[in-house]
Amino acid sequence: MSSNKSLTELKLSPDDITGRGYMTTRLDVLIGLARKNSLWPLPFATSCCGIEFMSTMAAHYDLARFGMERLSFSPRQSDMLMVMGTISKKLAPVLQEVYLQMAEPRWVLAVGACASSGGIFDTYSVLQGIDKVIPVDVYVPGCPPRPEQIIDGVMKIQELAHKHEPLRRRNSDEYKELLSKYGIE
Amino acid sequence: MYTINNQLVNEVKETLTNKFGDAITCFEVVADMPQLTIRKDKITDVVDILLNTFGFSFLTDLCGVHYPESENELAVVYHLHNLAKNQRIRLKTFTKASDPSIPSITPLFSSANWMERETYDFYGIVFQGHPNLRRILNCDDMDYFPMRKEYALEDTTREDKDDTMFGR
Repeated sequence: MSSNKSLTELKLSPDDITGRGYMTTRLDVLIGLARKNSLWPLPFATSCCGIEFMSTMAAHYDLARFGMERLSFSPRQSDMLMVMGTISKKLAPVLQEVYLQMAEPRWVLAVGACASSGGIFDTYSVLQGIDKVIPVDVYVPGCPPRPEQIIDGVMKIQELAHKHEPLRRRNSDEYKELLSKYGIE
Repeated sequence: MYTINNQLVNEVKETLTNKFGDAITCFEVVADMPQLTIRKDKITDVVDILLNTFGFSFLTDLCGVHYPESENELAVVYHLHNLAKNQRIRLKTFTKASDPSIPSITPLFSSANWMERETYDFYGIVFQGHPNLRRILNCDDMDYFPMRKEYALEDTTREDKDDTMFGR
């Protein structure tokens, strides 16, 4: 490995100055790096996409490689909501309640066609996408998506957490406006 | 195919037609199961006799049907089972959509409680005398009865699907 390449890889943001034995960076980028690799996912699995998720977190695909082996089944302790499967209209208020109970920053991953858009269930009892009740950061298409796609979606969220979101994104006017559209203060 | 216990079925037929006369509008064997059509005001009496006299002690199913073309649009279907003699029987009763009320059989079968709630939930059939008749499967704020054949199957609140792409 050439020394030049390894120095470039070390850069967390384009403004960083790196040299032999030291590196400067911004605090928010550093915290983003920590967040990126310590997401605590809350699986909200209701159907077949949940089975794909089980495979994703098990030994073969292994979500733990990305710093998220600690799946939390309590919304209070988690900061990434993974919604996998069909959400009926009766379940929608429950999903919103779970979202509200989560710790900030709340990342949301909609896994599969049903969570993203209602999928094949274009019918009276099914919520036509979870973005009707909570804001979604990343959509993973597929019916169901393969574990590689779920991992890709998770890595997209990691990228958001690391580089593309301010530390207190919920304080921004844009985000407040988005949340108020969902009736969430 | 179920085998029919002719002796039992004939006894049932004789007793019920003698007792209720016109209220039993039809008694026939459909495929492998005897089927009675009963006027709705006599349904609890008929179920009572089947349960307490003829040993039909198990309520297999209770559900609704919507026949949009017929005058009496809404039907309730009861499946009873005599476990000792392994004989099943099907009861049907009809009502108009403008007056969708039918007597509840919850005093006879506790298991009818949730099945009548489900039938109310999907067909809007009001069971008179039910202790707690409210929606059971759909969300409480739903303002129609989705299994009646007068509503579109698709979710009508959806904006991202149009006729050109989805053939509505």
